Formats: sequence, C-alpha cells, structure tokens
Amino acid sequence: MGILRGTRDAAENAPPVPLNNPPRFVPGTRGRKMPDTRQSRGLEQFFTSFRDQTGLSILDLGGAHQENINFVTSLGHRFYSEDCLRIFQETFGQDQADQSNPGRIDFFLRQSMDYPDEQFDGVLAWDVLEYMEPPLLLATAERLWRMLKPQGYLLAFFQSADRKETVPGYDFRIQDLRTLQVSHHTERLPTQQLFNNRSLERLFQKFDSVKFFLTRDHLREVIVRK
Amino acid sequence: MSSMPVGRMETDSRGGPASIGKAVKIAGQIFSREDLYVDGDVEGTIELMDHKLTIGPNGKVHAGVKAREVVALGAIQGNVEASERIEIRKDAKLVGDIKTARIVIEDGAYFKGSIDIVKAEPKITPSQPRPQPQPAAAAPAAPVAAAVGAPDAKR
Repeated sequence: MGILRGTRDAAENAPPVPLNNPPRFVPGTRGRKMPDTRQSRGLEQFFTSFRDQTGLSILDLGGAHQENINFVTSLGHRFYSEDCLRIFQETFGQDQADQSNPGRIDFFLRQSMDYPDEQFDGVLAWDVLEYMEPPLLLATAERLWRMLKPQGYLLAFFQSADRKETVPGYDFRIQDLRTLQVSHHTERLPTQQLFNNRSLERLFQKFDSVKFFLTRDHLREVIVRK
Repeated sequence: MSSMPVGRMETDSRGGPASIGKAVKIAGQIFSREDLYVDGDVEGTIELMDHKLTIGPNGKVHAGVKAREVVALGAIQGNVEASERIEIRKDAKLVGDIKTARIVIEDGAYFKGSIDIVKAEPKITPSQPRPQPQPAAAAPAAPVAAAVGAPDAKR
C-alpha cells in the first residue's frame, strides 16, 4: 500500500526537456496567509540544537536571502544555498504528472541536491516539500536523509492538512532565533498529498525522531533528526 | 587573447578600470593590478588581489576569481574569493563557493553554492619602537624607625 495518496505509475525514463510551460502557480490572494512576522518554535529548536557549536554546514533550500545568510554565518557556520523552488519550476513546470517521471525526478535531485552523503549538520527546507507530489516527495525525503550527518536536523513547514483551496507559498527570512519574516509570493494548486501528523511520520520514518509544532495559523513546523 | 606573461603589465594611466567589452571573449588567465570591468565572456581565472572586479550585466565568467572586492551584475560560474566583500545584484547569477569577509545579495539574485565568512585580520601597521621604560627614580629610603632594643643585624 502506498504511504502517500496519489501514487502514479512511473512514466518511461526520459531525459528531461526544458519546459516552457508556465508553472502551476496561481497568481492571486485566495487562501489564508501568514502574518508578516511570526514566532517559530521550530526555528528556535533547530538552531538551539546547534548551540555552542561553530563551523557547521547548514543548507537552505529556500534560496539565498540576505537575512538567512547573515544569521547562519553570524553563528560561525558555513551557509549553503539552493533555490529548490526555482529548480522545481524549471524541471516540472505546469505538468503535474511529470513528478512521477524518474528521469525528471533524477534531474531535479541532481540540480538541487547534488551533495555527498552526510554533508550537512542541518537543512532548512521551509515549505519546499509541500510543492511535491508523492513520487518526488519520497525521493526527496530519501535524498535529504542521506545528505544529513548522523544527529543532523531538518526543519520543514507544512500547511494545514485540511486545506483544499489554493495554497500560499512563502519566503522565510530569519530575523532572530525565534522570529521569521514571512512574505507571500505565490498561490499554488494543492498537491494530492495531504500533510497531517500521520503522513509526515511515515514520510520521515527513516529518521530517528519527528517532532511537530502546530501553530495558530495552521502551519505544521516539523523538526526531524537523523 | 591568451594569458599574459607576468611582469609585463603596465597600469593604465588614463584612469578608470580596465574593461573587457561584451563582444570580447577571453580564454586563459587574467592578472590585473587595477580595477577590472568584465562585460564579455571569460573562461579561466581572474586575479586582482588588491582591486575590484565588476562583472557587467552582459558578463559571463566561467572562472575562478580572486579579488579584493567583487560586484556581480552578470553571471559567474566558479569559486570566488573576495578578501573584502562581494555583492550579488538583482538579476545576477553566481554558481560556486564564496569565501569573503562580507556578502551583500539583493532580492532577485540567484546564488547556488556555499558561503564562508572569513574576517580579514586587522592590518598591523609597523609599530613605532616602543619607548624603553625609564628606570624609576630611586625613592629616598624611608627612615626606618629603629626597633627599641633591637640590635642592628648585619648579614
């Protein structure tokens, strides 16, 4: 039985062709949005886990924002940046079915997460995983597990499991240990996968521990440790 | 244009940075002892140890870069060492590892790689020879009250 709903048959393996289709992102302002600044227990937990350590390798999958660079490097860590959403849009465009194409999945992972095993002490995934359908999501979770060092942490955000309408997408910028500046940049169609505690526990079942923080604005902040 | 032999460079007395126009393509090593503006294609290495490198909006640099300061408006693919600072402007693209004392990245810029902040050690100016401490003037011996009844001991 598939862990995640909406599993499709894998398509023929084919080298990805650059897509010119517009992304499946819906401009607009429907759906609940997060406040501009919010407290984040998940963020606090993530960085508190590295307290008193320097020289760690932290990967940010949300693209390079000045605030995040400043915060991570001020702690004495090396900052790695990947713009996963941009690579996702370039790889899959509007064609949702292609997220099950092994060739495209492999291309996406090679473009966005081409790192040796056990490279990172921490990964900030923000809401990147929410854009993914089950085949891509499972492959990405596996790749994240491999990239993390033992005892490494992953922080990921997921919208409420009940959301059915368009789902807002955000940029997350670290203001301080507990505070995020959140800016809305898009609305997107929801994936087939609904993210509740049970499905997230299954998604991260290879990890040693999964911890949830559910916020007032129905955001699930998830900290997983390898 | 191929690599320039070391020691034959002359600084431009006209003022302003040296520049590589957008129609120019260079494959090789570039060493410069003045600021450099690159708006063309460069493949190889670029070294301006104490100067500023600017990659113009049309610039495409596929090279390792070492400079005091780097400003990117175009595209860089390669590792960048900027001893003082690096600035990645909106619409610029940098793929590579960065080592610098300070980084500024505008919204809209694309960066893929790692960032190591290495604060430059403060330059130690040659110090003036320290004045030798003057020997303290000998203080007059305080009169010692003779202990009553105690004989003076000679050692």
